[in-house]
Amino acid sequence: MKRTIILLMALTAALGTVTLPAAPRAGSATEKVIRITAKKFEFAPGEVTVRKGEPVVLELTSEDRTHGFNLPDFGVRTEVKPGAVSRVHFTPDKAGKFNFACDVFCGSGHEDMSGTLVVTE
Amino acid sequence: MSEFDRRDFLKLAGIGGVVFASGLRAGVLGEGWHNQTIRNDGTGADEFYFVQLSDTHWGFDGPKVNPDSRGTLKKAIAAVNSLEEQPDFVVFTGDLTHATDDPKARRERMAEFREIAGQLKVKTVRFMAGEHDASLDRGEAYQEFFGDLHYTFDHKGVHFIVLDNVSDPEAVIDEAQLKWLQADLKQLKRDTPIVALTHRPLFDLYPQWDWATRDAAAVINALTPYQNVTVFYGHIHQEHHHMTGHIAHHAAKSLMFPLPAPGSAPKRMPVPWDPSAPYKGLGFREVEAEVKKAKYEITELPITKG
Repeated sequence: MKRTIILLMALTAALGTVTLPAAPRAGSATEKVIRITAKKFEFAPGEVTVRKGEPVVLELTSEDRTHGFNLPDFGVRTEVKPGAVSRVHFTPDKAGKFNFACDVFCGSGHEDMSGTLVVTE
Repeated sequence: MSEFDRRDFLKLAGIGGVVFASGLRAGVLGEGWHNQTIRNDGTGADEFYFVQLSDTHWGFDGPKVNPDSRGTLKKAIAAVNSLEEQPDFVVFTGDLTHATDDPKARRERMAEFREIAGQLKVKTVRFMAGEHDASLDRGEAYQEFFGDLHYTFDHKGVHFIVLDNVSDPEAVIDEAQLKWLQADLKQLKRDTPIVALTHRPLFDLYPQWDWATRDAAAVINALTPYQNVTVFYGHIHQEHHHMTGHIAHHAAKSLMFPLPAPGSAPKRMPVPWDPSAPYKGLGFREVEAEVKKAKYEITELPITKG
């Protein structure tokens, strides 16, 4: 747990995007709020569309166990734990399709647990 | 058959693709790997070879991906046993079994795998865990059957370091193991030939598909002062070669199903079985070590000839 906290703190310091579930920051009025649910072995919705330059907050919850949410193209990752809301704030600065995936091994279908962020111009 | 003869035989027979790999000294950064023929200097004293098998996923069931899921590993074992000159040892680089949430079934798969691996003629067999083996219970069952998750061994002048980047489901080596690694390295000369064996890549190969180790940079930083370091790993179910500075990284094929090249498909779904080319994309490799030069020649071999 201590290591996890240190890692999250380091990530937060490095990226400025990861919010600890214990101290969530709600989306501001200018942010588009997108709720994503994680469960073995899928994200719902599996495809999320946002606009380039539009601030976004992803609100992630888990229905079963701890998952990870990793969107490397925007330097965004967080753990997604049952009973908590993990909020990730970022502003997409490039258009295209970008993969996100669970990066906390969650079972035999872990490799299937991924989705797509579509960023439009 | 001498080492040289055996290599030439493999090449002439067209059995496997040969890649020449090197731990690379500081003065030849960027050379990477080349197809080359090694001359036999007549000594032979500093040469040996081992076999790398990977990602056997015993217990996987998916007929569209591998209709011979219970036979492929056995065929690979038979292929290794049929090598005219037996390797000094065999290493399995993780995902010995396919993950299951059921602890009893997990142990049954490990027991079956161990029994099948026990049919190797070579009696020195090194095991290591993949995330399918160890991430769901932090390596508890794996250790019951196969021992430590990280360890070292020495063979004819090469120092092998088995690193565990899977028993933590977040794919981290962690601080304790990093300290253990640093203490181990401290005992070595800077030019000692070092081979690191891991399951996941020790660099950001493609984090979008979870093909990475979260704290790999710390491991590479620890290894970088050493002049002759080569990494062999699995996880990505395909041959892949990469350099981080002077450290060469070589991924092995799977013995259950191939995966697409990094980022080449929307999802990292297994490549479907091709009835016209059974076992295509699967295989194992021989690694010839030239200890004094810290060079490694990799020969990729299919499960079945022809």
